[in-house]
Amino acid sequence: MSAPSPTILNLPDQSTATMPKKNFINAEHGLLSWLLTGDHKRIAILYLISITVFFFIGGAFAGLIRLELLTPQGDLVSSDTYNKLFTMHGVIMVFLFLVPSVPATIGNFLIPMMVGARDLAFPKINLLSWYLYVAAGTIMLTAMAMGGVDTGWTFTTPLSTHYLNTHVITTAVAVFIAGFSSIFTGLNFIVTIHRMRCPGMTWFRLPLFVWAHYAASILMVLGTPVLAITLVLVGLERVFGIGVFDPTKGGDPLLFQHLFWFYSHPAVYIMILPGMAVISEVVSTFSRKRVFGYTAVAFSSVAIALFGFFVWEHHMFIMGVSNYSALVFSLLTMLVAVPSAIKIFNWCFTLQQGSITFETPMLYAFGFMGLFTIGGLTGVFLGSLGMDIQLTETYFIVAHFHFVMVGGMLMAFLAGVHFWWPKMTGRMYPESLSKLAAVVTFIGFNLTFLPQFILGYLGMPRRYHAYPQEFQVLNVLSTAGATVLGVGYLLPVLYLAWSLKYGAIAGDNPWQATGLEWQTQSPPLTENFPEIPIMDHEAYDYEWLEHKTQHEVTHVG
Amino acid sequence: MGISPVLWQFLVKWLNASALFPSEASTIAPYMDALYFFLLAITFVGVFLVATLLVVFSVRYRKAVHPVATQIEGSTLLEATWTIIPLGLFLICFVWGALLYFRIYNPPVNSMNIYIVGKQWMWKAEHPGGQHEINALHVPTGQPIQLTMISQDVFHSFSIPAFRIKREVIPGRYSTVWFQATTPGEYHLFCTQYCGTNHSQMIGTITVLSPADYKKWTEESTSGMSLAQNGERLFASMGCNACHSGNAAARGPSLAGVYGSTLRLTNGSQVLVNDAYLRDAILNPSQHVTSGYTPIMPTYQGQISEDGLIDLVEYLKNLNSNDRVQQTLTTSQSDQAAPPASGVVKP
Repeated sequence: MSAPSPTILNLPDQSTATMPKKNFINAEHGLLSWLLTGDHKRIAILYLISITVFFFIGGAFAGLIRLELLTPQGDLVSSDTYNKLFTMHGVIMVFLFLVPSVPATIGNFLIPMMVGARDLAFPKINLLSWYLYVAAGTIMLTAMAMGGVDTGWTFTTPLSTHYLNTHVITTAVAVFIAGFSSIFTGLNFIVTIHRMRCPGMTWFRLPLFVWAHYAASILMVLGTPVLAITLVLVGLERVFGIGVFDPTKGGDPLLFQHLFWFYSHPAVYIMILPGMAVISEVVSTFSRKRVFGYTAVAFSSVAIALFGFFVWEHHMFIMGVSNYSALVFSLLTMLVAVPSAIKIFNWCFTLQQGSITFETPMLYAFGFMGLFTIGGLTGVFLGSLGMDIQLTETYFIVAHFHFVMVGGMLMAFLAGVHFWWPKMTGRMYPESLSKLAAVVTFIGFNLTFLPQFILGYLGMPRRYHAYPQEFQVLNVLSTAGATVLGVGYLLPVLYLAWSLKYGAIAGDNPWQATGLEWQTQSPPLTENFPEIPIMDHEAYDYEWLEHKTQHEVTHVG
Repeated sequence: MGISPVLWQFLVKWLNASALFPSEASTIAPYMDALYFFLLAITFVGVFLVATLLVVFSVRYRKAVHPVATQIEGSTLLEATWTIIPLGLFLICFVWGALLYFRIYNPPVNSMNIYIVGKQWMWKAEHPGGQHEINALHVPTGQPIQLTMISQDVFHSFSIPAFRIKREVIPGRYSTVWFQATTPGEYHLFCTQYCGTNHSQMIGTITVLSPADYKKWTEESTSGMSLAQNGERLFASMGCNACHSGNAAARGPSLAGVYGSTLRLTNGSQVLVNDAYLRDAILNPSQHVTSGYTPIMPTYQGQISEDGLIDLVEYLKNLNSNDRVQQTLTTSQSDQAAPPASGVVKP
């Protein structure tokens, strides 16, 4: 008996396979056909290219930061430059990479296909949201070219309003516009998911990917306007001195913190929920099993979205808020940790009794589960009031949110890009090279950020250009890790670009996955499906898929 | 071995000089560390559990040994297990953390007060006895010390990792924190809230002394004027004593013994007079008119520095009678009547 193949990869015979004659990529030609497209798939590709550009700009700033921190003295760049570096790293990574990463690229590409629609509800608004994103990015790059900004990504008043003469307003305008791009994306998703599901696609037949994006969209639509208001107030305060946040005019500087975190905490879930969306799909596909506890996972997304709005004050525990309100927010913070724990255990138990293979997306998903667990549990440290006093504003915070955002979200993003790459482009990425990249990323990430937890408990403050001698060893380890991590991120760009021309032809459903998006050609037609599908089975129904495949084989035979 | 002895020596020294755990130098530190280790234990158990599940399932149910998956819908029992157990653990962390938080942010009544003013980019410490320090703070062991802190410009944050304390220093508002040092030595003081260009230079040294050494230090480094004495001089030179003279017919209320009392204001509310109230009442008097008086006091916003306000607050805290206020008043009036007779009034 020959051992079963260690992969579920099922490619068409390469000697005879061809790319589909008609697909969304070759449907029209010329730059204008891309820039004026209403096709959600083309817009997703536009987003993918633009966020990748910004990811590497933000990454370059991170590289410079780590290089500066190799030595205790501030010797590579001046203090002002250093402050600009971490500010622009933060602004770019948060607003121009993490927030749009999965939803605007993978989500944009897949949500209409997953619900069985031909496009999003408002294709032109979808294109508009990309243009707003590009406008925001351009303004941001202009601010950088003119000399940059050094407020920190949190725009803390009164520092940002009264004490800095860098390009605060320009940056705030960029973030304001990027916010609208995100609102439009969220709005589009909500309407699409409500109104455009194909016949038979009930709410509980939706893939969990769609549930998580629905929850994230609600956060985008309800949270982002508060950020916009806050930034307008910062602008007015800076230009006209209206004094809302200025204590000498009877304003309250803490009010800014409340308003800012009212958006920026939910924003964390805007960033992570779509990542969780990807993990549900990947884990299910590579263990050939329905996601364990579908309803629990679906509702935990909604619970995260709901609780996510009521925990913002945990960013301000040491800022002189009332001790009793701190109690309430600490308790709510503990509650919001529970749905994340539920998800992790459900994914783990999806593996049980499965038939598991370890292709690249699955490796990234494993990386996500490990790193997100650490990121989540260290969040409990920070939610625990007394502990927060020692840990907040130190490298512990930096390590914690990088575990969630980079270890979690970026791993999920890469899992998603690899998983749906054959669907998007019609070609496979090189498997062994990409496995290497996944392992390198995982090792590099841990080496970079684990030492920062120790640094944090030692008390090393974040945003420090120079630091005491005794912290050097850990910082050197962290910088070494960042170098490895950089390699891990460069590799996919190279081999994915290579695969566009030389990758194996993928066929409709290389992973034998159940989602509707896999039941059509790759790359799909502009209208996604030759005819609107009818959903007559549950999500992740591998038996249905098997019957269908057998039926097709006998039919053809 | 291929490594050069010089390099080897360097590496050994470098590693020995590096820190992995902060020293415990305050009474609160062991409590903080206990919670830290509890949370670490939860983290290790959690990560170990997830890793074990991933590895065991990956090995047992990999395609090679388990070619056909068995479909399982889910399990309410398991869902309940991994909802309730984490919830219980998180609630323990919540209660434990809350107890610690209340302990750190509620100073004992017998604590010694030191004022801290933060500004871009330095820390100024003002001891009641008139010792002033920049980017340094000397404190004795065995005595609870409360810090009353305010910022002159942007948000700063006062952090002493070895004491496990930290508190935001906010413009326009006093914030407090307390500690009791246990071990003499020198410790780091950091500003942990990003505050502009030289944020990473806004650091200092906390020197913990034995009570005897501390006494010696206070005697050697006094400026000769206590904060209250500075405040008294300011009280006279700003003309505060003209209205707050303590006379029955005075236009402003008597301030003797006002600190710690409860006042009724014209708007009907009752307030406890503490440091923050006194500061606000000087800067925004129209918001804080004592019942029975007319709102005639001008604002002193922008006319007194935070240091000056601290002097005034410290003076009013210790003002038990109006005798000296009236004395100063008569002297300064007689000064105007009869020029340079006895020089400037010095308390």
